[in-house]
Amino acid sequence: MLDWLHMGGYGFYVWSSYGMLALAIAIELQALRRHRRAARRRAEELRAEQAAHAAPLRETNG
Amino acid sequence: MQRDALAALARRTAPVTQPAPPGVIAALRWACARDLRLALRSRSELALIVVFFLLVTSLFPLAVSPDPELLRAMAAGIVWVAALLASLLGLARLFAADHADGTLEQMVLAPAPLAALVAGKVLAHWIATGLPLVLLAPLAGLQFGLGADAIGVLVVALALGTPVLSWLGAIAAALTLGARGGSSLLALLVLPLAVPVLIFGAGSVESYAAGLGAEAHLSLLTAGAIAAWVLGPAVTALAVKIAHE
Amino acid sequence: MTTFARFWYRYASPASFYPLAGRLIPVFATLAVLLAAAGLYVGFFVAPTDWQQGEAYRIIYIHVPAAWMAMFVYLVMAFWSAISLSFHTRLSAMMAQALAPTGAMWAFIALWTGAFWGRPTWGAYWVWDARLTSTLILLFLYLGYMALRASIDDPRRADRAAGLLALVGAINVPIIYFSVQWWNTLHQGATISMTAAPKMAETMLTGMLLLTFAAWTYTIAVALHRVRSIIVEREAASGWMSRLASPERPPAADGSAPSGAAAR
Repeated sequence: MLDWLHMGGYGFYVWSSYGMLALAIAIELQALRRHRRAARRRAEELRAEQAAHAAPLRETNG
Repeated sequence: MQRDALAALARRTAPVTQPAPPGVIAALRWACARDLRLALRSRSELALIVVFFLLVTSLFPLAVSPDPELLRAMAAGIVWVAALLASLLGLARLFAADHADGTLEQMVLAPAPLAALVAGKVLAHWIATGLPLVLLAPLAGLQFGLGADAIGVLVVALALGTPVLSWLGAIAAALTLGARGGSSLLALLVLPLAVPVLIFGAGSVESYAAGLGAEAHLSLLTAGAIAAWVLGPAVTALAVKIAHE
Repeated sequence: MTTFARFWYRYASPASFYPLAGRLIPVFATLAVLLAAAGLYVGFFVAPTDWQQGEAYRIIYIHVPAAWMAMFVYLVMAFWSAISLSFHTRLSAMMAQALAPTGAMWAFIALWTGAFWGRPTWGAYWVWDARLTSTLILLFLYLGYMALRASIDDPRRADRAAGLLALVGAINVPIIYFSVQWWNTLHQGATISMTAAPKMAETMLTGMLLLTFAAWTYTIAVALHRVRSIIVEREAASGWMSRLASPERPPAADGSAPSGAAAR
């Protein structure tokens, strides 16, 4: 097993490459999650704003 | 009687015959002349661009080494990079002033073909900022110990390449109208696109010095210059229109 | 109207594309994982060791797919930008926006893995090889696109300006590749070509192809997820969004609101 990890002496280069790919994917997936959360929060805020604007009208229309 | 009244009304409200919209050449000449006149009023600003160019070329021997062999080998590349950076400096003035005071919007709305107006502006811009670099390149060439014939190749290459840089810069400047980010954003947009011009421009002198002749490089630069003048106006006009939507 | 045209028109609006994208993401994500597992297995345990480069050559299994994806994603980005500019559609511009970060990621990975492949094989982390240098410029093109987008406040104007930039970039990419290739061959003595990849055994090729498809399906899944967030961001003000549930209760699979929110 350790022999396999050693990659015939080239372990550092091979795992630095695959490791960076794994890191990049992890960062991207995390960024996706953050983006989704921020977008949803923004949409909620906008909807709350719109509801606040609409509420007074609804009251007057009784 | 009603028909007479209607006819009279029609005559009174009939549109005055408009003069024909300006043609392509007329629009180009007008825009070019106007921008050159404006450029003449800010001569010091233009002189600064030239000074910047010479300053940058002078920095390299100081930063690297004054070894004549090394300098001669690097000369074309340094001159071209300096020209590229100097052209970036001048780009802001291409559209910024007209955009700020609304003239550019008037140009978009005007009946004259926008592409022709833009071409006139870019031509004036090249005459004011690009041509001086072409004319001063021999000075830089001498700084680096280039021979007279090599300097000749360099000047021709710059004459062909700097208009392409002006057009790439024009597209980028139009796209960044009203955008934050300033000159660094402009540089990020222009420099990658300018790489082929840089490679063929600097490569022409190197190829000539190596005895392989500069024809191939210069013909590619010529093709680039033609493509820039054919495609540049329409693309830049579109970018200007997008900025005014 | 043909079925294809009807499909196209139906999903051209962000509102109807949103639930479709949501259904497609798990499909492509699963495919990506399966293809990646298969590719890595073949690449590491089935394919032989290269007699010339030793185990270091295994980097090629992610380097080549990454370089290819960086190029391909940019062209797809340019395609959607062209659609958006020609037909004034919002969704195609959003798609281009969603693809850019992933394309930039692939370009970076191509450069990184190229450097770590180059060091044991050719002796230096960076050798100004034609393909790597072109990929570096491609990364700058991606960054320029993203920077331009970020610096324009109005989303529609950002769409069109960045879209035009992507098109100009796409037309220039072959020219850039050609000029860098030219520059590289003229300086033959000083540089080494990394395109002289090891003679590929069939299993090596299989591994690489599997990982290329894995990268492709991964990119699609990620882009679909990102475009959904972009849709939420930009369509928040319009009516159909309010029919989607609040974040506490995600919308049902077919996009209909759970009961309760429908009362709005």
